[in-house]
Amino acid sequence: MAQKLDYLKETPSQTAGPYVHIGLAPGAAGFKIYDRELGWDIAGPNAGGERIRVEGMVIDGMLSPVKDALIEVWQANAAGIYAHPEHPGEVEAGFRGWGRVITDFTTGAWGFDTVKPGAVMGRNGRMMAPHLNLWIVSRGINIGLNTRMYFSDEEAANAADPVLNLIEWERRRATLIARRDDSGALPVYRFDIRLQGEDETVFFDI
Amino acid sequence: MPTPGEFYQRDRTRQPPALTPGYKTTVARSPRFAMISLQNSASEITGPVFGHADVDPGDRDLLTNYAQPGQGPIGERIILHGRVLDENARPVPNTLVEIWQANAGGRYRHPKDTYFAPIDPNFGGCGRALTDENGYYYFRTVKPGAYPWRNYVNSWRPAHIHLSIFGSAFVQRLVTQCYFEGDPLIPHCPIVQTIPDPDAVEQLIARLDLNATIPLDTIAYRFDIVLRGRRSTLFENRLEGN
Ligand SMILES: [Fe+3]
Repeated sequence: MAQKLDYLKETPSQTAGPYVHIGLAPGAAGFKIYDRELGWDIAGPNAGGERIRVEGMVIDGMLSPVKDALIEVWQANAAGIYAHPEHPGEVEAGFRGWGRVITDFTTGAWGFDTVKPGAVMGRNGRMMAPHLNLWIVSRGINIGLNTRMYFSDEEAANAADPVLNLIEWERRRATLIARRDDSGALPVYRFDIRLQGEDETVFFDI
Repeated sequence: MPTPGEFYQRDRTRQPPALTPGYKTTVARSPRFAMISLQNSASEITGPVFGHADVDPGDRDLLTNYAQPGQGPIGERIILHGRVLDENARPVPNTLVEIWQANAGGRYRHPKDTYFAPIDPNFGGCGRALTDENGYYYFRTVKPGAYPWRNYVNSWRPAHIHLSIFGSAFVQRLVTQCYFEGDPLIPHCPIVQTIPDPDAVEQLIARLDLNATIPLDTIAYRFDIVLRGRRSTLFENRLEGN
């Protein structure tokens, strides 16, 4: 017998279940317990760049809204810097770049305010187009789903993006691009996440 | 000193697939196209950083964090404790661990939970803590009750505590559940059964830890958590490229 490798194994995932709000968004479960709930302020007051709103639905294979999902967002600031010690560069005071939202119990809609991220340096010196990293959990999702949201007004950057270009099918690539709407006071990007069906959102094994 | 590089690929043979028809809700909520595999970039090896300004020391004590002064929740008093490690067996320090659970009767403090068991006025059912420099965490709570749920007409969840863990990178993000040693409901649970590998199921069962109990006070269960590990960039695989 050869020697054994002594690596540990990653703990298996289990669904977040229908009551995920109690743990990760207790205010939404209807009770006040913590002085500070985490994840509602993504960009903070000092962040540079364009203030935007992102809105959407999570839609299941029966074309029904998923009303008990939780979404986390992880993003760079407008200069393309992540608030993390391993990413070179500084972010504005109060910029965390992380947030969490739930889908509404009655409508299934979700949304958050943030700043539009800048392009981020990717592998081998290739720039990645501005994007948000999203992670979705809910009842009926056994392991959190990872996807990215890109911006419809970044056509040239999107066309050169090394991740979008991994997706062979034009039609599937389109599932990752949020549509910009300038009709309101704040630019709104609309991004629906489709768990199943012909227009199933592209999910990444990261 | 080699710099840390990419994370090990997730071992999907130990993780539940998206579609597990025995857990019926997955049928309409499981993606069917193949995921696109991504090599790590800065977007994946970074993740949110939390600190002591985010979490109060009392948040980890579910016996007191929602109780009226001088009162406490009904149920078996337990300590749930362990370490957060990575696949290289290195501790993951200062990482946020959040938990949520039903009360001792199996009822959640949630508008959508309509089970007969009563709400406990002194129990919220959630807690959070940062691991210390050795990756160690602990919570004090009551042992949750088993509860029925609508999957098959006679489906019962084994006693379990839900956990959310961050790690240092967005690729390490994990939500899971811990079960309790000796619970006869574990092998019957359609959610447990979403995990194909019996050895991986064992990894979700917290062990009675008599050495950590507080005699005449609180019983203890040990639950270690393993997040994805990462390579050292000895020779190549530098994310920045040239
Ligand atoms: Fe549960």
